[in-house]
Amino acid sequence: MSAQNVLTTPPLEPSQEFPGGAGDSRPSASRTGGSRSTKDTLRVGNVLTTLILSVGAIVMIAPLAWTFSTSLKTKDGVFELPPQWIPDPFVWENYARIWTAGPLLTGIQNSLIVACSVTIVGSLTSALAAFAFAKMRMPFKNVLFLGLLSGLMIPFPTLMIPQFTIFASIGWVDTLLPLIVPGLFGNIIMIFFLRQFLNSIPDSIVEAARIDGASYLQIFRTLILPAIRPALAAQFILWFMAMWNDYLAPIIYLNSPGTQTLQLVIANFNAQYAIQTDYPLIMAASFVALLPVLIVFVVFQRQIIESIALSGSKG
Amino acid sequence: MTTMTRPRRSQLHRKEHQAALAFVAIPVIGFLLFTLFPLLFSVYASFTNWNGISAPVFKGLDNYTKMFGDRYFLQSLWNTLYMMIGIPIGLVISLGLALAMNRKMRGTTFFRTVYYLPVISSIAAVAILWQWAFNGDFGLINQGLALVGIDGPNWLQDTATVKPALIIMAIWKGLGYSMLLYLAALQSVPRYLYEAAALDGATAWQQFRHITIPMVRPVTFFLIVTSIIGGSQIFVEINIMTPTGGPEFQSASIVWYIWQKAFDNLQMGYASAMSVVLGLLVFVITFIQFRLNRRNQFSID
Repeated sequence: MSAQNVLTTPPLEPSQEFPGGAGDSRPSASRTGGSRSTKDTLRVGNVLTTLILSVGAIVMIAPLAWTFSTSLKTKDGVFELPPQWIPDPFVWENYARIWTAGPLLTGIQNSLIVACSVTIVGSLTSALAAFAFAKMRMPFKNVLFLGLLSGLMIPFPTLMIPQFTIFASIGWVDTLLPLIVPGLFGNIIMIFFLRQFLNSIPDSIVEAARIDGASYLQIFRTLILPAIRPALAAQFILWFMAMWNDYLAPIIYLNSPGTQTLQLVIANFNAQYAIQTDYPLIMAASFVALLPVLIVFVVFQRQIIESIALSGSKG
Repeated sequence: MTTMTRPRRSQLHRKEHQAALAFVAIPVIGFLLFTLFPLLFSVYASFTNWNGISAPVFKGLDNYTKMFGDRYFLQSLWNTLYMMIGIPIGLVISLGLALAMNRKMRGTTFFRTVYYLPVISSIAAVAILWQWAFNGDFGLINQGLALVGIDGPNWLQDTATVKPALIIMAIWKGLGYSMLLYLAALQSVPRYLYEAAALDGATAWQQFRHITIPMVRPVTFFLIVTSIIGGSQIFVEINIMTPTGGPEFQSASIVWYIWQKAFDNLQMGYASAMSVVLGLLVFVITFIQFRLNRRNQFSID
């Protein structure tokens, strides 16, 4: 439930599945016998493109690599000129020091608690709602759905002050509850995409199951959940990463070190240790904060990339 | 016969209605509690003098008139708009990247992953590492500039460079997302359009100008709107990289100022008024998007 929620209103006509990288939309080598020269220019073009993309890739990866490199230097090694890309010596102790230098471990725990509880429960409530919106008859269905969707137009900063005072009045400030509870009620973006996904599944299977005497909850569990699993998994991962990386809501609600989420902990590392110019420590902590999401991304990158490409291009 | 089936059917319907309402009840209640009520309260609070503790005191339009005489508010509004310069720059670069990756060649999957890494990285961590990269004496950027003989500025402490620094970072972080959407759009452009154009003797530039650009226009539009909405809410980078709003308040954004007024100075009424202005801004942009893109919208059955 962060500000980025607004970022996924889909604009395009449904077009075509997103194929993993293939497909050349340029005029290919003409059919006149695939002459040598066109093939050669194509190859030269590919080499040039690869070259340009490689330079770009280095620029993209450099700050991340620099973080990792800095995290392995000595406190003075970071100020060496010319800079060392490969630290000398390697100071792996930095990765041992971060755990005692601040509440990093509780930060990870808190982030896990928030992200897991919200995404697991929230995905279930979202999936149930998507099922009802896509496959069931209900009065005021479209009004309700459009009402929920309109919520996407309201940026989080417009809601945060009243939300804060509500949670303050019931004594929830400086606990994880204000971060967890709103998410348990589901995620409108997820409902939207699951509903879209369910539209491609024929209504007749639900009706057939009804005739066989299955209840709606049974239908949901045995038919709908397995059918939407790929879409659910992709949306789940995206939501998890958004919760893990969230910063604005935690900074509003959490002030004591024991309750802070990982992102706040590393921001405090940054503020605290920059004065002591202990950059290796800061960079080690930041790298630890980056790592889980990087791993999730590399493992699930095909699903993630496909679902993002679809979310932007398919309505 | 009909008299028999009618009540039966309506009873079945009623059961379905009840089950469906139960399923959507949770998100709807969540919407009422955490979106609609806070929204209405924000609007109400924007007309009051309120410190968040004692009861709000109604003040009419005071907050709104105050806002447009508030130098800091106007400055943060200007800063936020200024930093959106990065949006068109990012779009041009990402379209170029998408065109490059749309070629049939090895390594495109690898490149796609690399360019996408900043998008999924935590914005807090990214802000921390860029703050270090922008360090005037030992940062990565200035060391890179030194290689080509340029003596780089102290980026985040200099009124002239603090906004460009934040723009560079935002472009770096957002490039992969727009590139991916462009790539998906490019791959759905029918090939025969290019073949027909080539037969008619259109040059590569003409094909790009008259086929590619129009075909990816919906994505461009989508990206512009979402980037404006996202850009108008820029906060985390500012909060971490320039904790005091930057040199001479040159990097403070609207959300940063709202946050500071609400939670540091406890001027919640005034902060609410600014947040309502921000909400209206986002609403107008989103509304325009919905209107212009109406024919491309999903269908409500």
